[in-house]
Amino acid sequence: MDGRPLLQVEGVTLRFGGVAALQDVSLEVRAGELVSVIGPNGAGKTSLFNCICGLYRPQRGRVLLDGQDVTRASPDVIARSGVARTFQNLELFRGMTVLDNLLLGCHRHFRTPVWEVAVWSRRAREEEVRQRERAEAILEFLELQAYRDRPVAALPHGVQRVVELGRALTSQPRLLLLDEPSAGLVAEEKDELKYRLQDARRVFGLTVVLVEHDLRMVMDLSERVVVLDHGEVIAQGPPEAVQRDPKVVEAYLGVGA
Amino acid sequence: MTLLLQYVANGLAAGSLYALVALGIVLLYRCSRVLNFAHGDLATLGVFLAFSGVARGWPYGLALLTGLAGAAAVSATFYRLLIKPVRQATALSLVITTLGFALFLSGVMVWVWGTDTKVFPFPLSEVRVFRLGGVVVSELTAGSLAVGLVLVAGLSALVQRTRLGLAMRAVAQNPVAAQLLGVPAGQVLAATWAVAGALGAAAGMLLAPAVLLDPFMMLDPFLKGFAAAVLGGMDSLPGAVAGGLILGVAESVFAGYVSVKYKATLSFVVIVAVLLFRPEGLLGRPFHRRV
Repeated sequence: MDGRPLLQVEGVTLRFGGVAALQDVSLEVRAGELVSVIGPNGAGKTSLFNCICGLYRPQRGRVLLDGQDVTRASPDVIARSGVARTFQNLELFRGMTVLDNLLLGCHRHFRTPVWEVAVWSRRAREEEVRQRERAEAILEFLELQAYRDRPVAALPHGVQRVVELGRALTSQPRLLLLDEPSAGLVAEEKDELKYRLQDARRVFGLTVVLVEHDLRMVMDLSERVVVLDHGEVIAQGPPEAVQRDPKVVEAYLGVGA
Repeated sequence: MTLLLQYVANGLAAGSLYALVALGIVLLYRCSRVLNFAHGDLATLGVFLAFSGVARGWPYGLALLTGLAGAAAVSATFYRLLIKPVRQATALSLVITTLGFALFLSGVMVWVWGTDTKVFPFPLSEVRVFRLGGVVVSELTAGSLAVGLVLVAGLSALVQRTRLGLAMRAVAQNPVAAQLLGVPAGQVLAATWAVAGALGAAAGMLLAPAVLLDPFMMLDPFLKGFAAAVLGGMDSLPGAVAGGLILGVAESVFAGYVSVKYKATLSFVVIVAVLLFRPEGLLGRPFHRRV
């Protein structure tokens, strides 16, 4: 593995008015790793994601992607440089079909200029075909073919979660941010999601940051775990070590537990 | 019966122009939630640019393209410089911004081209006619209808079948998610404004030969297009087309059988009736407040 981490978060501080959502947060993710970020509600996990993908600008600190400072870059620029994410509350294009959602996932790779699309040049056609093949491959990989042309809004919640994962995968991300992918899923669906993630990592060699409440899933999947509490990193390391850390136990179960 | 068919034919031609105007209005409303009251004046500007081109002896096609491109460019620039910075503002401030720009544009047109009416030369004649059965259709009427339908089909192909269209729909539905997938929302919206501007200018060019060109030419057609958009449902592109055609035919039949004098009033009656009884329009989705 090469020396430089894929993602470096350096001393990031984010305040909303007087409230510090993130306080001097630093972490590193190496290529090919799966790192989980856990912590109680309101610990700043989603805020951290929003800083990484450009939705929030931290007051202090830097976010580096493959050594490049993207702290002040706009969300679409960061997305085009290879960061994909899913959302705790699902941000799909609900009126569109599953296929259209996946096609938008690979939009960042679309290189043909607008005027060439307008005249439907050969380059535009070829690129369109390539991207459709890519989307179809992901549909097959996630076993979504049955829902291909259905509007997303009409699908069950569990399937919508898989569609959002699929949309992130079609973008061939260098870094994938998953924000509570198992929220609202029943036990079997959670297991299924776990296998899909393991599969996806093996097939696509993904680098993943996972925010998750389901600790069994975190322990099963992660190489390393970072624990946030009140916007601060209180522990990080291999899953087993973090699980036994007294500070973590206290944060989760309350003082004196 | 022949008389009725004649009214319908005239109505369809007028209606296809209303539909073009309505499409521009709906396209912008869907994508950026802005009611663009400068739409008519942008269209008129495009017609004037084409007019100047023809007056200088440019080839006809080049002059028309210049007009379309000019309207598109001014529309996109308007979005970039004035609408985008106040995008977080209330709907009312946005409307006022577009109204201000409309007044500015008509001022510029009065200054450059004057208020006297001009004859816009056009290859299709209003006097030469086709006879289909007993129905008389002028070349201009047939041409307006044909061009209108082609542009409508073109726009729906653009929105439904191309990448730019997919990006437009994505930005309209969920701008944040679109940006996080690498869709440059600002550029896509600018492109949408450009397309809307060109559509308006196309409608203006088809209209100018029939009504004479002056800086306020599009005022009435804009209001009709707006009525058509409300009738079809502000959210629906097919609705805008249906609304335009229905309004055109209704107006023509009303003028023929009831009163020519109150023809213009009809579209406002339509707006009021739709808002009272079916606020989402014919093909629009029922309203739910966006939070």
